[in-house]
Amino acid sequence: MSRLRFWFLLPARVWLIFLFAFPLAIVCAYSLLERGTYGGVELPWTLENYQRLFDPLYGVIFLRSFGLALAATAICLLLAFPLALFISRAGPRKNLYLHLVILPFWTSFLVRTYAWLFLLRDTGLLNTLLQKMKLISQPLPLLYNDGAVLLGLVYGFLPFMVLPLYATLERLDPVLLEAAADLGARPWTVFYRVIVPLAGPGIWAGSALVFIPCLGAYLTPDLLGGGKTVMIGNLVQNQFTTARDWPFGAAASLALMALAAGLLAVFMRSRSREFL
Amino acid sequence: MKRALGLYAAAAFAFLHVPLITLIVFSVNASRFTLWEGFSLQWYRALARDTQMLEAAWNSAVIAMVSTAIATVAGTLAAYGLWKRASRVLTGALYLSLVTPEIVMGISLLAFFQWMFRWLGWQLGLHTVMLAHVAFSIAYVAVVVAARLRTLDRGLEEAAMDLGATEWGAFRQVTLPLLAPGITAAALLSLTISFDDYVITSLVAGVDSETLPMVIYAMARRGANPSINAISTVIVLFFGTLILISERMRKA
Repeated sequence: MSRLRFWFLLPARVWLIFLFAFPLAIVCAYSLLERGTYGGVELPWTLENYQRLFDPLYGVIFLRSFGLALAATAICLLLAFPLALFISRAGPRKNLYLHLVILPFWTSFLVRTYAWLFLLRDTGLLNTLLQKMKLISQPLPLLYNDGAVLLGLVYGFLPFMVLPLYATLERLDPVLLEAAADLGARPWTVFYRVIVPLAGPGIWAGSALVFIPCLGAYLTPDLLGGGKTVMIGNLVQNQFTTARDWPFGAAASLALMALAAGLLAVFMRSRSREFL
Repeated sequence: MKRALGLYAAAAFAFLHVPLITLIVFSVNASRFTLWEGFSLQWYRALARDTQMLEAAWNSAVIAMVSTAIATVAGTLAAYGLWKRASRVLTGALYLSLVTPEIVMGISLLAFFQWMFRWLGWQLGLHTVMLAHVAFSIAYVAVVVAARLRTLDRGLEEAAMDLGATEWGAFRQVTLPLLAPGITAAALLSLTISFDDYVITSLVAGVDSETLPMVIYAMARRGANPSINAISTVIVLFFGTLILISERMRKA
């Protein structure tokens, strides 16, 4: 097997070296250099780019990204739990409901983000309807703020939460719930003393699957957050294009990557990994 | 209790679907404003005449097909090789690439291509977009195929080899046919992700390699426009069907 296995793994190894590790190594090197006079990078080696990450100016962006990702994860969990519970009890229609969750999720992230732009903008459907109904005279500023970004993130990643929760809840033996009820537990007690603990691995898996991409989000804050630098992803993009400060952009992207990798490592050690 | 849950689920499904349905409804609206003025296919006709859009759609299709073909072969072989004997480094790298933020993968590939071009004298273009798409698709393919492999009985290949099949023969004639639904699902997934990608593509694209998401993004930045609704509808319906087929195959 060993010889055949070598050839089977060869394409993936080539990918790992040339299209994954080496590009990241270049970013790593850039992050330790100085910004060149005409963009690009220059010697000498320096740690200054990493020190700048702690500048309050950028610290705010990191904190906001964390806050938005955390809020999106919490909202997704609250929204997804009852939905997953419903689907897991739906009997023969389970598959239909699962498809209803998966379908919009795989169609197109860009299109789904645009849909909210279409609904929320000043002349969008919501503002037009509210004005027609004479509830408001001026369009509400629904778009280009943190709330719109949060909505976009929740909408974009909700299925990531529903699916692992469904996977754990589906395995939950209904006999346990009956037993709890027979022993005198009220429905609410059954919920948080039996259902929630048993759904633990699904909760953690879903939270990791939502939090990690939300933290590195770029498109959602870019389209729904307007021109402001909202999240880390926008900061990185801005440094590589408009600001032309590659070393600092590289340092910011490695910080982001380290956060994502750290969360992945924690997650892989937990018993929730089987739900990936 | 049960009724409350059912009502809630209906509301949640509405939240997931109503934005897309609205988008589709207003793609056949006669007015360019968000007021219903009757049915019209004018935005679809405009789409059919928009050469920039058509060219971008063609680019997207070519990129998606080429990168999917390469990623599917590489990802499937990797999943099979790792199933035979695990490699922590390669498995770890595949998972790491799945959680790598798109923007980080995009700028790292851009930096890599530019660094290479200094020695080779190439330019950014369709080929760099294809390579980038292969880079992010391989892990998705490997994970989907690996999930299918976990359901297979390892004894099948051993039996084939006891009966005289070579290693290659056992793979080719026993495992590969059993993997086929998983591989198809993985390829469709890769196709969808490739066709949809904006972030990485926009960073590594050259002047001649504008893709459909790049055109849609540029239009959306300028404000909403019924043409975007029309092209979005085409994309949603096409890939919705594709994903339904893929789900069927994954379960088969």
